[in-house]
Amino acid sequence: MKKKTYDAIIIGAGAAGLTAGIYLSRGKASVLILDTAIPGGQMILTHQVANYPGVPSTSGYALSQTMKEQAVSFGCEVESNVSISNMILDADHKQIEVNNDSVYTSKVVIIASGGRSRMLQVAGENELKGRGISYCATCDGDFFQDKEIAVVGGGNSALEEAVSLTRYACKVTIIHEFDHFQAFDHAVEAAKANDKINFIMDTHITSFKGKDSLESIEYKNLKTGETQSMALDGCFVFIGYQPNTEFLKRTGVELNSRDEIMTDEDLQTNIPGVLAAGDCRMKKVRQITTAVADGTISGMKALEIIHR
Amino acid sequence: MILSTNLKHIASRDEHAKTLAENENVMVCCGRMGPMCIPVYGVMEQLQSQYPHVAFTDMAFDHPEADVIRNLPEARGFMGLPFVIYYKNGKVVEAKSSIQSKEQIIEVLDRVF
Repeated sequence: MKKKTYDAIIIGAGAAGLTAGIYLSRGKASVLILDTAIPGGQMILTHQVANYPGVPSTSGYALSQTMKEQAVSFGCEVESNVSISNMILDADHKQIEVNNDSVYTSKVVIIASGGRSRMLQVAGENELKGRGISYCATCDGDFFQDKEIAVVGGGNSALEEAVSLTRYACKVTIIHEFDHFQAFDHAVEAAKANDKINFIMDTHITSFKGKDSLESIEYKNLKTGETQSMALDGCFVFIGYQPNTEFLKRTGVELNSRDEIMTDEDLQTNIPGVLAAGDCRMKKVRQITTAVADGTISGMKALEIIHR
Repeated sequence: MILSTNLKHIASRDEHAKTLAENENVMVCCGRMGPMCIPVYGVMEQLQSQYPHVAFTDMAFDHPEADVIRNLPEARGFMGLPFVIYYKNGKVVEAKSSIQSKEQIIEVLDRVF
């Protein structure tokens, strides 16, 4: 078993984790950043980032690569596609076992494990993912040229992506579980002004049907209980994010009812020496900029703990 | 037209046929440099050393000759990038579409090769 000790271990190489790594390594701390996928987190799912101050419009992937290169240039070690097999966090020296072959210890752990697209969790969804069901309009939109599709959700992502998908689809039906949208007014107005978009409100999809690819959905009106079906070629799901915190369930880190990590103002969790940053923690606004802010705060607090 | 990865690139129908002829086990990820494809290339790059008996390759989805992948019967109904095809002795033994995790890819590699 390979063993190594660091001042800080960061779990997650998205905007929050990489920023924390940059601050820690510039503060002369030894840092290991672990990620269960490739560095970048949710950023790499963003085709175009236009609101990151100081950076002209760029791709999320390019921005994430720059952040990673910056972190590595200051001395951070980054291991991607790891599998965390065991964790002991409620001790002075935190211990993280990776890939069943390496044990890393540190004084501080920053959890920046991010989130992922929430799935509807209804019948047929897993089987037809990539066969008509998609979570990325940028990636898969052009498969639906002149097709009829649905977009599920009522937030900014759902409304904005519905409008963007009208470049391909001949008809887009937005299906939302409430009688109003959570998106900003300008996004709602843009969707309502688009002739190709129509709306089904107060409604849940109950199942997806299809053989080789999606053919239809069944849905239920939540007010009347009435069920109906609709023939469809595609369905894009934008119903928010699920924090990646399942791996913390037996570590003692306190989560709220939405499985988000609870933190104080300095981003410390209930366990001394364990901090949380980015989309995995309880917060209202999830943007690259807010993840970077979290990374800064947690990195500086971690330095304070290390040098205490 | 090639992808910016550290995988072996397949750039034509002939190269595709040659790769299948020269390797018993071949994994081809046919995609773009997009959000759902990049994570799959990353996993493949990392697994190359662990699976020396597998040829890990990619092909640009928009290349005209990528129709050897796009038009496979096994990819019928695929509407999500990337298209990932696993060949054994030149025959398709598994086909997947859209993003896949390291665990999902390892499950297929261990099962079919």
